[in-house]
Amino acid sequence: MIGVGKMKLYSNVLDRPLSKGKQEVSLSAFAFLFSEMVQYNQTQVDNIAELERRLEDAGYAVGARVLELLCHREKGNRRETRLLGILSFVHSTVWKVLFGKVADSLEKGTEHEDEYMISEKELLVNRFISIPKDMGTFNCGAFVAGIVRGVLDNAGFPAVVTAHFVPVEGQQRPRTTILIKFAEEVLRREARLG
Amino acid sequence: MPPVAPRSGDAIFASVERVNAELFTLTYGAIVRQLLTDLEEVEEVNKQLDQMGYNIGIRLIDEFLAKSNVARCVDFKETAEVIAKVGLKMFLGVTATVTNWDTEGTTCSLVLEDNPLVDFVELPDNCQGLYYCNILSGVIRGALEMVSMKTEVTWIRDMLRGDDAFEMQVKLLKQVPEEYPYKDDE
Repeated sequence: MIGVGKMKLYSNVLDRPLSKGKQEVSLSAFAFLFSEMVQYNQTQVDNIAELERRLEDAGYAVGARVLELLCHREKGNRRETRLLGILSFVHSTVWKVLFGKVADSLEKGTEHEDEYMISEKELLVNRFISIPKDMGTFNCGAFVAGIVRGVLDNAGFPAVVTAHFVPVEGQQRPRTTILIKFAEEVLRREARLG
Repeated sequence: MPPVAPRSGDAIFASVERVNAELFTLTYGAIVRQLLTDLEEVEEVNKQLDQMGYNIGIRLIDEFLAKSNVARCVDFKETAEVIAKVGLKMFLGVTATVTNWDTEGTTCSLVLEDNPLVDFVELPDNCQGLYYCNILSGVIRGALEMVSMKTEVTWIRDMLRGDDAFEMQVKLLKQVPEEYPYKDDE
């Protein structure tokens, strides 16, 4: 049809064609939006743990949708069943789509079998955020931890995901590590699959 | 030093750092969902989105003025054009068209064909009164207030409610001359 506007009226949002995912907005638009989100949540809670939890919950919703979108668009609806598969999906594909680059590193925890860490020198969401001293170890990366938890949970790999600052020698700003601790059942299943 | 020419919206957008629009869209969706869960009343959510937009707008205008080098706008018509072509392009990567000027030149409509905030969004039946993009109206109101224009921004057409485009009506209420902060004779 000639002259049809970009967003045609479909009766059902699911009938609309899926975009290629190449559209962009400015980083500052996202940074402003994220800062408003953190500020709004600060008014709704009394303590830092609650604030982190709310940011994580917001991220969880984003993660669930990102998984569906990417599985359909990038992987042709193939489902990951192995632990390393889903971890590398998060570390490469999800990070590349959301933040424009693959995550800096993916490591297996040395102390516990069920722990994995994705590290990033500077998380995109933390670029314009400074934490006052009285907020201690609060990390807005909780939002990203929520995204990772959303992706893993909806892919069938329940886990507890948290974000931590790790001071690095020679660098003024600490590195951020997303710590993923998988549930028992995931490890048992992984062992069974051999 | 000769005045620097204003840069076009495309040029600025190409020079700023950009992120994937989907991250932006999904984050905004998460915010709206949080608000709906906390506040429950659709009217309250509309107001809160507008307030959040206002907070963003009063800071965004600084970045806009710094990056775009536009000269002071002569009249409101120019202001509206600048918002539609440079401002929206610079931040959201989309442009709007300015239409429906009234006879005095104080009210106009900004029409958006493409809106990155509403990708993948559908309004459920119990939220029909929600102005999903109300944050945009707050941003424009806040930004203009910082350059001495008091405005009122309302939504005329909303694609999530079945219309064919997004149309915002921007009405200039009054120009507030800038107050000199110090008294000269003190």
